[in-house]
Amino acid sequence: MITAAAPIVTARLSAYRDSHTLERYLATGGYDALRKALSMTPEAVHSEVNTASLLGRGGAGFPAGRKWGMKRPGPTSYLVINGDESEPATFKDHLLIERDPHQVIEGTIIAAYAIGAAAAFIYCRGEFALGLERLTQACNEAYDYGALGANIFGTGFSLDLVIHPGAGAYICGEETALIESLEGKRGFPRIKPPYFPAAIGLYGEPTIVNNVETMSNLPWIVLNGGAAFAGLGVGSSTGTRLFALSGRVRRPGWYELEMSKTTFRDLIFDDRLGAGVAGGGELKAFIPGGVSAPWFGPEHLDLGLDQDAVGKAGSMLGSGSVVVMDDTTCAVRAAWRITRFFHRESCGQCTPCREGSGWLEKVLVRIEAGEGREEDLDLLVDACDNIAPELGWPPQQTTICVLGPSIPSSIVSGIRMFRDEFLAHVKDGGCPFPPDRLASGAAKGARL
Amino acid sequence: MAHLSAETMADGARLAGCYPERRSALIPLCHLAQAEQGYLSEEAMEDIAALVGVTPAEVRGTASFYDMLHTEPVGRYVLAFCTNIACMLAGAYELLEHAEELLGVHAGQTTPDGLFTIEEAECLADCDRAPCVQVNHRFVGALDSESLDLLVADLTAGNRQTEIPQHGVLCRVRRAVDLPARRGAAAGARSEKTTFAGGAGDGGAGS
Repeated sequence: MITAAAPIVTARLSAYRDSHTLERYLATGGYDALRKALSMTPEAVHSEVNTASLLGRGGAGFPAGRKWGMKRPGPTSYLVINGDESEPATFKDHLLIERDPHQVIEGTIIAAYAIGAAAAFIYCRGEFALGLERLTQACNEAYDYGALGANIFGTGFSLDLVIHPGAGAYICGEETALIESLEGKRGFPRIKPPYFPAAIGLYGEPTIVNNVETMSNLPWIVLNGGAAFAGLGVGSSTGTRLFALSGRVRRPGWYELEMSKTTFRDLIFDDRLGAGVAGGGELKAFIPGGVSAPWFGPEHLDLGLDQDAVGKAGSMLGSGSVVVMDDTTCAVRAAWRITRFFHRESCGQCTPCREGSGWLEKVLVRIEAGEGREEDLDLLVDACDNIAPELGWPPQQTTICVLGPSIPSSIVSGIRMFRDEFLAHVKDGGCPFPPDRLASGAAKGARL
Repeated sequence: MAHLSAETMADGARLAGCYPERRSALIPLCHLAQAEQGYLSEEAMEDIAALVGVTPAEVRGTASFYDMLHTEPVGRYVLAFCTNIACMLAGAYELLEHAEELLGVHAGQTTPDGLFTIEEAECLADCDRAPCVQVNHRFVGALDSESLDLLVADLTAGNRQTEIPQHGVLCRVRRAVDLPARRGAAAGARSEKTTFAGGAGDGGAGS
């Protein structure tokens, strides 16, 4: 069953077409939280966020308050907001940026105040042209309104905010790559240690990198208190979260749900949410948290949308995006397309990721095209094992960043769950799924 | 003498002044140049290099990393078809193939009249409207082959120019203020290594 919970981050935008304007934002209580925060000490604001136990909403799920606490002391530090949303099937930050940019900005100012940042940057994915326009417009409005710039609301606190466009690179969602990109360079992740942003970040200064949705939660937390936020959800998964549902489902969309109290079955099948599998077919598998996450089968449907529970079951809630595959979905093709994505987006620094993703893609194309061999299944698993030894979860890392170890998820899941289907491609010399769902270009090898 | 227009150079200088280190403006300036020229010409990269204080090779080396930055000319309209998992399950490859037949070019190519470039894109974060298509990075919603035909006809007739402007995601809204907080901040608040580079952006009045 679905526990009714008042939406926190989508409350303002749901009802209004002009939700992105300052006028509407103010009419719905906008910037009240900032005024309240500025009347508190930075430590008190930080303490509320700790009490809220707000988990970072970018994908790794690290508690935001603890992250702030790790910042190396120093005269200059920065706050960088990660709006480079690119994890396939994730589209919550896109929504928040386009439809409620002031909420993102208000949260950013609150966070900057709490951590004492000298300046803040919102790195917005370049492909969000409308989002960039609305964020920039909202930033201009916030300056005019006195919420940004010198002596904000007459409190003596000053902050400049720069809206920064990306230019199309998944890897820039990784926080050290994002910092490189923000410095005007190629998006190459930095090696950690020593380059933990909280110690050595933007321009070498201590830097906190937080996700857009994380910021969008802050105004509510400040206004209602961290305890009220922690009262929602279960255990360490507190508050609400925007879940992005897509794939073979009747009602794809974003749904803000109380953490833990809703199950994957509710999300996918409840008439008010996903409303079941598209076309009336059977659910075959689903990805619980972005394509970096291992797949789940029907036996996992009753798990709650809970970070710990999903982790214990061998996958991750990740970016909160759920992709539904039905009985018309070819597991080989799904694994191929995800692997192709990682191959295209690998930054190229580390051999296991750069080379591994390419070879894995080639082998998967071969199987999909009916030219595979039985031993290809072992070959795939072996190559995956070279990228993330022992293929456990969370994965071991042989690369600078976590893009590499994310590659095996779909392949290992696919082979574990649908071994017979992989073998059928080999034995029958082709894909058993109807041609109208076939990427004929892929099958012909044309897209290699 | 700059190759980019005086307006773009002025906007670029101002943007560069918004960052503690000017090089940070490299990617935004590439977007500005693309808004003017449609792609990054050698000359534009030289201008950007001068504005942010790096070599033209560093601009090219950085730009070539990013999918949205084009070092070769592209069509007036860049049609980006997401084919990632959610869109693939909604028929994205069939739609892309339809576009390739309709326009007579493959993904990665431009029509001979210079009007359309087709790209196979990675997830564009609009997965509840799959298959997802962008034209010059403006979302045009979930399309099927019929609505794609209509869209292409419309674009060819020049009917969508207000909705879908020229290239460059920074072409319509500009930052209106410089950095008032920085001006108000006590000098020396930052450590020495990363002193704010005084630049053309410093002098502009907030509007």
